[in-house]
Amino acid sequence: MADNEKVDVLIVGSGASGAAVAWSLADTRMRILCLEQGDWVKSTEFPSNGRDWEARRYTDFDISPNRRGRDTDYPVNDDNSPMKVANFNGVGGGTLIYTAHWPRMHPSDFRVRSLDGVADDWPVDYWTLEPFYEENDRMMGASGLAGDPGVPPRRPPMPPIPLGKTGTRYAQAMNRLGWHWWPSDTTVATTAYEGRAACINIGHCTPGCAQGAKASVDITYWPLALRAGVELRTRCRVREITTDAHGMAAGAIYYDADGRECFQPAEMVILACNGVGTPRLLLNSASGRFPDGLANSSGLVGRNLMLHPWPIVSGYVDQPLDGGRGPITCMWSKEFYETDRSRDFVRGYTLQFGRGTGPANQAIIGAAAGHLPWGRAHHRVFRELLDHRVNIGVACEDLPEEHNRVTVDPVLKDSHGIPAPRVDYALSVNTRRMMEHGIARAEEILTEAGATRLHCSRTALNSPGHLLGTARMGNDPERSVVNAWGRCHDVRNLFIVDGSIWVTSGGVNPTSTIQALALYIAAEIKQRLATLFD
Amino acid sequence: MADTASLQLSAVEIRDLREIAGTMIPADAALGVPGADDPAILADAVKSVGCDLALIREALAAISVKSDGVFADMDRDAREALIDAYCKMGGPAAAALGRLVASAYYRDDRVLIALGLEARAPFPKGHELEQGDWSLLDTVRKRAPFWRDDRAAAKE
Repeated sequence: MADNEKVDVLIVGSGASGAAVAWSLADTRMRILCLEQGDWVKSTEFPSNGRDWEARRYTDFDISPNRRGRDTDYPVNDDNSPMKVANFNGVGGGTLIYTAHWPRMHPSDFRVRSLDGVADDWPVDYWTLEPFYEENDRMMGASGLAGDPGVPPRRPPMPPIPLGKTGTRYAQAMNRLGWHWWPSDTTVATTAYEGRAACINIGHCTPGCAQGAKASVDITYWPLALRAGVELRTRCRVREITTDAHGMAAGAIYYDADGRECFQPAEMVILACNGVGTPRLLLNSASGRFPDGLANSSGLVGRNLMLHPWPIVSGYVDQPLDGGRGPITCMWSKEFYETDRSRDFVRGYTLQFGRGTGPANQAIIGAAAGHLPWGRAHHRVFRELLDHRVNIGVACEDLPEEHNRVTVDPVLKDSHGIPAPRVDYALSVNTRRMMEHGIARAEEILTEAGATRLHCSRTALNSPGHLLGTARMGNDPERSVVNAWGRCHDVRNLFIVDGSIWVTSGGVNPTSTIQALALYIAAEIKQRLATLFD
Repeated sequence: MADTASLQLSAVEIRDLREIAGTMIPADAALGVPGADDPAILADAVKSVGCDLALIREALAAISVKSDGVFADMDRDAREALIDAYCKMGGPAAAALGRLVASAYYRDDRVLIALGLEARAPFPKGHELEQGDWSLLDTVRKRAPFWRDDRAAAKE
């Protein structure tokens, strides 16, 4: 096995959290190395450069690693889950293929036990994270509008994305209903920002932004981290974290770009592989001293997986709208976010208002919903649908349940022979009630907006790739995997900074909070350097 | 060495796909659009099968069975009814067939121009997007904050 020179900090994963923590720790002048199993993805490789831009969201830029099947991907057995795993393996991770929707968690999301009597409170609160949210908004370049009465005050550095025809139609309906709406915060640059050009409404944001207007960490955090001396080694797939005689993390065994097995020693290890990759790695790092997996004395590694059920309700109006010619989402509603005791469920959801889509995808989703016939009627109906689509996503909070979990599949392996993750997940009664409530409200809104041909896609097609909760934070080592600042209770030089440390999931896209947490943990590490492993 | 023939549609399968695609999206002279069985569109579809090859084969085989092997000889109404029934059953194979045909058809220059769209990739030109009516937000601005402040709750 090839040995490498020891580093001070070894980060596994270069996505949202790995990039943020690498950048933040760089000012310590420690020797920092990040291992990433994927590769750099050039903006010229993104689908919107070519005429096959719509088809490629179902091939090499599909959100599912199983369907995408790149040599940098690993398979996931998610057969026993109504929601499928979405991710991306490359420099930037999931930020390459996210929608750039940029809500924060609410203060109440960190206090669910105290306020609503369910799940557990987080060991940190919103106000502790607030300065890191602010810092992250500057680093990623957030656009939005201050003054939203539905969320705590924040100051996005750029103006919001346009409402367009589609947003205007929604807004008129929401005002008639008397329900809250606001232009979404996003990380789509609406002006030139820190070397990024402003959005030109390519409209195909999810599978990478060829313009570079959408913030992904390969073009935000990483250039700065690399300039500050961090080393990023790509096409290096970590198999396991090893420990020494004292039970401390010694480093990582990985396969390099040529398939050679290598050992990378490190003074401390930080995992940033998110809610499926991190528990997979910890469970694959079982040893004589840690027979149930590394950092797993609580038995909670892999448990409490939360995926954000995300029904989408769609319809068609009689007026041509924006179609797919603009950022995908344009507004949110927090009307039903906070717990309301008069409902038959606790917690709540965000409503996200979307624009339309391109012609090929319109045909695909129209046919799948049963609205678009094949045959001679196809052309007439297609012209009634194209650019007339409205849709609302219901971003539901699913609460942690130990039976929802990631384990190591006994059969399935990746191309290096490393056991693949298996996901077992089921929707709770509370979640189902929340979903149905949100679906009914979305149908009311679309009907008020004049839409017909309503259709709801509940879960199978809508997997947002929010992989949370499988190595939760907490003060009690018997009920959590990491402490209040991301250090594993069992292994004092092993940290986790990704979505797996979440205690609950909120009803919002998680990336801004994942990164705020990573920056917070990095700040804690820097403050505690002298006694970090005590 | 892999059998390359097994990695792509056979001549018979391409013939079947042509008949099926032409039924799914027929040419329309009034609209000035070709059908999905147009040689250029069909060739585009055939070369784009990729990882869906097994599913496309499954769909072609299923339609062949349902038509007793004489799909091409059926009249148009019967062919459309058969395709409609098959696609309404759903499943990965039917979805893959729809995805393949629609993806190839709706990137053809003639089709896009007939729809009033530009036949080009989204980048680098992008699109115009109007701001919309921001005055609609005035109503919402007047609303008092309604997010739960956990600090206030803690004091209660």
